[in-house]
Amino acid sequence: MDILYFAWVRERIGLPKEKVETSAETVSQLVDELRAREERYEVAFSDLSALRVALDQELSDFDASLAGVREVAFFPPMTGG
Amino acid sequence: MKISVQKEPFDLGAEANAFAAGDTSNGAIVTFTGVVRDLVQGDLDMMEIEHYPGMTEKALTKIANEAQERWSLGDVLVIHRHGRLAPGDQIMMVATAAPHRKDAFEAAEYLMDYLKSRAPFWKKEITGESADWVAAKDEDEDALTRW
Repeated sequence: MDILYFAWVRERIGLPKEKVETSAETVSQLVDELRAREERYEVAFSDLSALRVALDQELSDFDASLAGVREVAFFPPMTGG
Repeated sequence: MKISVQKEPFDLGAEANAFAAGDTSNGAIVTFTGVVRDLVQGDLDMMEIEHYPGMTEKALTKIANEAQERWSLGDVLVIHRHGRLAPGDQIMMVATAAPHRKDAFEAAEYLMDYLKSRAPFWKKEITGESADWVAAKDEDEDALTRW
């Protein structure tokens, strides 16, 4: 599964994209796995209310299932316009 | 419908004229243009706009399709830039064409409200001393509840 990070999430984790082998069934479980890895992940994911998630390029939520998902992206609330 | 996510500047006049030309059933054209605003202190050097290639185009197309379902529109245009921009640079534009102005105005506002908090763009303000990601405002999220 590809995991993408944008804006300050990318900066805190220190990379824009990585491949992850995971058995996580939901986004929350994936986040828990990432947080347990290293402190930079723990810092980036410390406040989930400040984060948004997209599954295969569609906005989703942290309870969502990862079944069949190929691309997960984490980023802060968007500030376009 | 035209959706463009681009690094290059756009020519507002040329885009508006090309958009307005052609379909004589549209009596109303509304355009909105967003410009890089300097900070209160007046020390913004650059604004950097990051986006999510692939998702950005999909999100903008979805928002434009929803506007077309909701209002009687002849056409919709969305252009949004990314990369480094200077104060005064044009960031983005939307245009709507409709037989009547109420549809064109409302659809343009709807496009802007949704584009601000549902299209994956992030702004970073760069001054001589700092580089800060712009925080999303609650009022931008609240603006969606009126639709």
